[in-house]
Amino acid sequence: METPFEPKIVAFVCNWCTYAGADLTGTSRIKYATNVRIVRFPCTGRIDYNLLLKAFAQGADGVIVSGCHPNDCHYTSGNFHARRRWIVFRQMMEYMGVDMRRVKFAWVSAAEGAKWAEVVNSAVADIRELGPSEAFRSMTRDVA
Amino acid sequence: MLSTDERRAMHALHQKAKELLESGKAKVIIGYGNGTGDKARPVFVRSVNEIQQLVWDQRCRQNLAVYLFKPEIKKMGTPAIVATPVVVRSIVQLIAERQIKSSGLITLTVEDSAVMELADDASLEAYVASHPVLFPPHVNKEIDSLAAMPVEKRFAFWQEELSRCFKCYACRSSCPLCYCDRCITECNQPQWVDVAPHALGNFEWHINRAMHLAGRCVQCGSCNIACPVGIPISLLTIEATRIVEREFGQYAGTQCNAPAALSSFRVEDKETFIL
Repeated sequence: METPFEPKIVAFVCNWCTYAGADLTGTSRIKYATNVRIVRFPCTGRIDYNLLLKAFAQGADGVIVSGCHPNDCHYTSGNFHARRRWIVFRQMMEYMGVDMRRVKFAWVSAAEGAKWAEVVNSAVADIRELGPSEAFRSMTRDVA
Repeated sequence: MLSTDERRAMHALHQKAKELLESGKAKVIIGYGNGTGDKARPVFVRSVNEIQQLVWDQRCRQNLAVYLFKPEIKKMGTPAIVATPVVVRSIVQLIAERQIKSSGLITLTVEDSAVMELADDASLEAYVASHPVLFPPHVNKEIDSLAAMPVEKRFAFWQEELSRCFKCYACRSSCPLCYCDRCITECNQPQWVDVAPHALGNFEWHINRAMHLAGRCVQCGSCNIACPVGIPISLLTIEATRIVEREFGQYAGTQCNAPAALSSFRVEDKETFIL
């Protein structure tokens, strides 16, 4: 019997807001989808777009990128820089034919445990609907 | 055949080059010369008796600003560069990025069979302002038609185009804004860009090139001319430039003190996609 598709999702989150927020989700005993693997970064400003490409190339079906709300960055401006990069990156990816519905960007503060659960659940639902990431799967076919 | 205007312009250029070399104001003239076939090639004129090598006509298309960084050229002393409008733009962008100084070079522009010397930031900016190289209409049209396709079609289009890429990096070499001593493709710890020219490696390279040139590309089209397999790669960097202009209102190569688009920000940058 074929097992139903379960999306594999990588979340790149900042240490100060979203990681703490995800912690709060757990301590608040809010249940959410288990499809997500969290990678902690010092700041969203540190999240290179190449990391997203690598995640997809290595089999992720979706990516969540999340950090502090604007004006709340621990390093004052990391998230503003990140936001500029995302604005350009997502449009470039779309332009090159990658469906950006697979990538979710969010601001989740350390107090928003419930929002984190919602972000993950909605991402999982959306990506389950989209199915496996065929674009990257086809590109990695020749990779030794 | 050269038109009268072109012949007059060439004569003016030779005069100017002679004057600069004789006075010692410039040690080398970076200009165009006759290449093989019907192509122009770069020439580096260092003495008065080589001046006849300089040509000026429709074939002069590649961006000579790329040579301003070559150590061999730097060693020669103050350069004078024969500049088309996009070359002037490249120079302005390079000044904005603190890579060169207008005082360290002489920019020569040819117009109406006269040669003009642009000596400082203000005159370079003024020249750019009066010679807008705004997105050529046919390129705009091509990008718009690509943007109108469904995402799978676009993916297929770029996969097909990029499948010809064999990573010669001619696009990088021909680009005056690609000046890093160590390119991301040469970093292997970690290996951000797969070196093999397979679908993934090519995708990674081309999106990195576009991202690195976002808000910096001056649309000279040198990468297109340089690509030996005819991939319309400038469509990527031009789109990146269009995005930056649309989103942040910044346009590369227009101001000598402009902040870098992707290493600056405004609190009010608009976000429509963040949850």
